[in-house]
Amino acid sequence: MSINPPIAMLAELTHRCPLSCPYCSNPVELTRRDAELDTATWADVFRQAADLGVLQLHLSGGEPVSRRDLVDLVVAAREAGLYTNLITSGIGLTEKRLTELDAAGLDHIQLSLQGTDAEMADRIGGYRGGFARKMDVARWIGEIGFPLTLNAVLHRQNLHQLPRAIEMAVEMGARRIEVATVQFHGWALLSRDALMPTREQAREADAIVAEARARLKGTLVIDYVPADYHSDYPKRCMGGWGTTGLNVAPDGLVLPCHAAQTIPTLHFDNVREKRLREIWYEGAAFNAFRGTEWMQEPCRSCERREVDFGGCRCQAMALVGDAAATDPVCIKSPHHGELQERADAFAAGEAGFTARAAAG
Amino acid sequence: MIGADDIPVIPRGVRMQFDRVRERWVLLAPERTVALDEIGRAILSEIDGERSFGQITAGLAAKYAAPQEEIAEDSRGFLGALIDRRFVEVRR
Repeated sequence: MSINPPIAMLAELTHRCPLSCPYCSNPVELTRRDAELDTATWADVFRQAADLGVLQLHLSGGEPVSRRDLVDLVVAAREAGLYTNLITSGIGLTEKRLTELDAAGLDHIQLSLQGTDAEMADRIGGYRGGFARKMDVARWIGEIGFPLTLNAVLHRQNLHQLPRAIEMAVEMGARRIEVATVQFHGWALLSRDALMPTREQAREADAIVAEARARLKGTLVIDYVPADYHSDYPKRCMGGWGTTGLNVAPDGLVLPCHAAQTIPTLHFDNVREKRLREIWYEGAAFNAFRGTEWMQEPCRSCERREVDFGGCRCQAMALVGDAAATDPVCIKSPHHGELQERADAFAAGEAGFTARAAAG
Repeated sequence: MIGADDIPVIPRGVRMQFDRVRERWVLLAPERTVALDEIGRAILSEIDGERSFGQITAGLAAKYAAPQEEIAEDSRGFLGALIDRRFVEVRR
């Protein structure tokens, strides 16, 4: 099997974050500040990534702005020739720091939106005053002229705000909005009862996105991740395991996706011990689910096996207890019917959500 | 659709770069990468934020000794897809 070089790398600079969104994609076991890679190691990882074929670098977290050396890291990334994207809640960004990031060559900013008003956003993010700060940051981003993508995570509690989120993206001058229905890994799994959208909401979101895409063609690009528990086929997770991208965790562990640590049988390498090239091409975790050899039925003989690669390995692990099983989102999975019943039950749940903890 | 008098502009955050690992030119845009063939690269290289679409296609027609209408049609399709994705903007 031939292995292509990766195009994108997500650098999770830190797990620290002032917000505590209940759907945080960080692992439930958060990395402490004293275990984070230092500036020089990250700079070396960026150069290794560029040598390996990575073109797009996403600086993420936690909240990447919590890293005091963020400007230096952007300089290092640009020197390595990487297209550099900052994924942020905006909290901690000042106009001065944005100006420094501009001078450092930051290419693009992706700003998260927890809700379209202070009441919703500050409750979901668990940070009073966060929404007002974010609106300031959005204005500074526009004034400096950074290309902007707005990122709205949808769940049962805020899905009704989707039309307004799309309007806000246009008002802010964003070229793009990512509308992503919450994915149930890690923290979100703990709050599934509170976050699961209803089937009706999922269909409503489909319709809102379709209408807005047609109306805003050439003004706003809408990337959409539908509610997969209410779908017939699974998503092509990570573009295919070990085919397109990799994640580096704050402590240097290299992961095929941000939730991969929920698969207990996998062993992950660390950039402190091995070169990124060796990890990508020879690492056990990357090779575990590459191609189609690892598949079981019904995936193995399915005509869609190279369309979606059997869906999400972490979801198969979480819901079926076997990371090599068919993602139960798929109508061909023997667990699909049960999943849909459970999804409807979760969507009828009345529980509150569990806020993400703080990283030490 | 882009007209002869329109001026195509490559906005901030979008740039061409040689992908030295895959040995090809790419257009890098926010969270997206587009592989470019020779024609795509030739068209994008002509965009300077000053010349109109008509001037660009006339220049390409002369350079490649091809009919301008043919070049304009190919370029319109190529740029149209990039405009829809907001990788190229148009000043009218």
